[in-house]
Amino acid sequence: MTRYTKRALAITATAMMGLGLAACGGGGGDAASDGELTSGPITIWYSNNQQEVAWGEAMVEAWNADNLDQEVTAQEIPAGTSSEEVIAAAITAGNAPCIVMNTAPVAVPQFEEMGGLVPLDTFEDGVEYVESRSGDVAEQYKSADGQYYQLPWKSNPVVLYYNKDMFEEAGLDPENPALGTQDELLETSRTLVESGAAEYAMWPSPAGEFFQSWFDFYPFYAAATGGTQLVEEGESTFTSEEGIAVAEMWRTMYEEGLSSQEAYTGDSFVDKKAAIAISGPWAIPVYGDQVNWGTVPVPGLEEGTETSTFSDAKNMAIYSACDNKQTAWDLMKFATSEEQDGALLEATGQMPIRQDLTGTYPEYFEANPAYVEFADQAERAVEVPNVPNSVEIWQTFRDAWGASVIFGNETIEDAFNSAAEEINSLASE
Amino acid sequence: MTTSSTVGKRRDPGASPGSAPRRRKNLLGRQPLGLAFSAPYILFILAVLAYPLGYAVYISFHDFFFTAPGVAVERPFVGLENYIEVLSDPDVGRSFVNIGIFLIINVPLTVALSLILANALNRVTRLRTFFRVSYYVPYVTASVAVVGVWLFLFSQNGLVNSLLGSIAPDPSWLVNSTLAMPTVALYVTWKQLGFFILLYLAALQNIPEELYESAAVDGAGKFRQFWNITVPGVRSASVLVTLLATITGANLFTEPYLLTGGGGPDGASTSPVFLMYQEGILQGNPDTAAALGVVLVLGVLVIALIQRRIVGGKDD
Repeated sequence: MTRYTKRALAITATAMMGLGLAACGGGGGDAASDGELTSGPITIWYSNNQQEVAWGEAMVEAWNADNLDQEVTAQEIPAGTSSEEVIAAAITAGNAPCIVMNTAPVAVPQFEEMGGLVPLDTFEDGVEYVESRSGDVAEQYKSADGQYYQLPWKSNPVVLYYNKDMFEEAGLDPENPALGTQDELLETSRTLVESGAAEYAMWPSPAGEFFQSWFDFYPFYAAATGGTQLVEEGESTFTSEEGIAVAEMWRTMYEEGLSSQEAYTGDSFVDKKAAIAISGPWAIPVYGDQVNWGTVPVPGLEEGTETSTFSDAKNMAIYSACDNKQTAWDLMKFATSEEQDGALLEATGQMPIRQDLTGTYPEYFEANPAYVEFADQAERAVEVPNVPNSVEIWQTFRDAWGASVIFGNETIEDAFNSAAEEINSLASE
Repeated sequence: MTTSSTVGKRRDPGASPGSAPRRRKNLLGRQPLGLAFSAPYILFILAVLAYPLGYAVYISFHDFFFTAPGVAVERPFVGLENYIEVLSDPDVGRSFVNIGIFLIINVPLTVALSLILANALNRVTRLRTFFRVSYYVPYVTASVAVVGVWLFLFSQNGLVNSLLGSIAPDPSWLVNSTLAMPTVALYVTWKQLGFFILLYLAALQNIPEELYESAAVDGAGKFRQFWNITVPGVRSASVLVTLLATITGANLFTEPYLLTGGGGPDGASTSPVFLMYQEGILQGNPDTAAALGVVLVLGVLVIALIQRRIVGGKDD
């Protein structure tokens, strides 16, 4: 969709290229989902994260050793602007693999509408397996039709990482930082910036992408409300007192220069441009020894409450183009068995979405105490709402957030009320 | 076709009117072999450009979404519903205003700078290759890489603001609602300049040196020579540069996506194609994205025709 030449013909040709963006797919072809549950060779995709690739290779090798007639061919998810775009294109083209071990919950309603996913309820033990492994958390992953189109796999509950050296430089207690409530966070941020210890207190991305609100508004909103989702029972919830309070806290952060309106191209926490970061357990090996860091839960509005946070989960799903769906389901159960979940935890530090994590893997958490915080948060992690038009809903919210909170061009109340109205309409479609 | 049949008669005077060979010649033209040579490109155009265009127009008039092969869904005809939705969306209106600002800055600047620099490069005798390569490098470098440099230059604490000191804009360039789009326009002008300089350099080779010598003898200075000989001499290149700059500008996507963090601040640098990407690819609404695409195509077509009338002059 870019350029072309030569007068009118060229203009039309360029137009065609522009339109190609919207026209790059279609229907036709054979039915992919025939309802038969056969076994045989399958293909799967997993994330290109280095640790996950290592885990995935070992898992597939273990499976293939015992299942010669159901060989699994695995590859990293093909490169694209995002995994979701690649998967959507593969669904449309009819060449999606049997399993994608990197399925974002926000994309599930769209993939479901495209007819690209197989409900796990299709399998005799499907629902029972999902619910017995994940417990009550599984409910968040149930689709509007009451079926599971995704197996909750692993979460990355986000917490606040803080730079102990910067806190010390600002005269703050690095071992017991005053980050217990959102008001305390604001005060601590002021101290950090005014003392010159940090250029900015927090530097979440101010970009307009739909998912950016998962790393500024949503964790704080989950913490403030005890785990309320953005949309519940088809109605948006963020115009509540807590939602406005969280937005006002962030507005103050931007207004007083405690957070930056500009995007940072590197990692502001590693580069010591910001004193506090909002990340999941995946960041532990990244920050490593580069920063003298500590973690605290995302604060709520009041002290002493057991807070929730955003889950940042990635799940497994079976795609309708799969010929051998029974093998796909059996592999999914194998890959999420207690043994493989333990191996995943060991290799990546990401939290398998299964009940009683610390009780199931006591040795791991004893050897890696930094991860206990995340295991605790995982039990109360809040997912994005599993509703129609999920991506559009988040984009609508992000636009309102950008206009009112980051850039202050609208009042928070006006922007939120108008976004809520639009989101209610989208959720009810 | 008249010529073709005349030729046919001369070559085969005995053939009766309407005979098979003559009909074939009429159908295939004077040079049937030419069709064979151009067939691959025609097929390419049909498959890669014409079919998607037709399909996009079809999509824009239906309630359409992508599905897996074999999934039976209804995609009813909705008339102008998608167009009404697009045209009543304030974000779309904003994106067209943004792209208008972009074109007003980018196109004249591109034409003027590339013509002046091409003229200068044409007269440089030392380090000519070095200069030509220097201007061309940004054009062939991936935007993703170059954007990083511009972010460094134009950020709050970047080099440009450091040089400007107290007169640096606040908010800074890329997060300033007024300055974001002009900054994007400057970036695109700089990045694509090398390509347009090459077009002008090629056109400059067609201007006879004698014209400059005669003008010099008649007492014309350098500026007069440039204005009265060079500018009219490269008019056809100017038409092409204007057209290309407009078309590429109207299809702006990468820069708002990368440089201003997704059309920021608060939509001040959103472009229609960026909205098409959001709607069609991210949000799974190809019908409204296609309608927006058709509106954009028509808009570009009108602008380009106006430009051709203004810049093209009588001889084009």
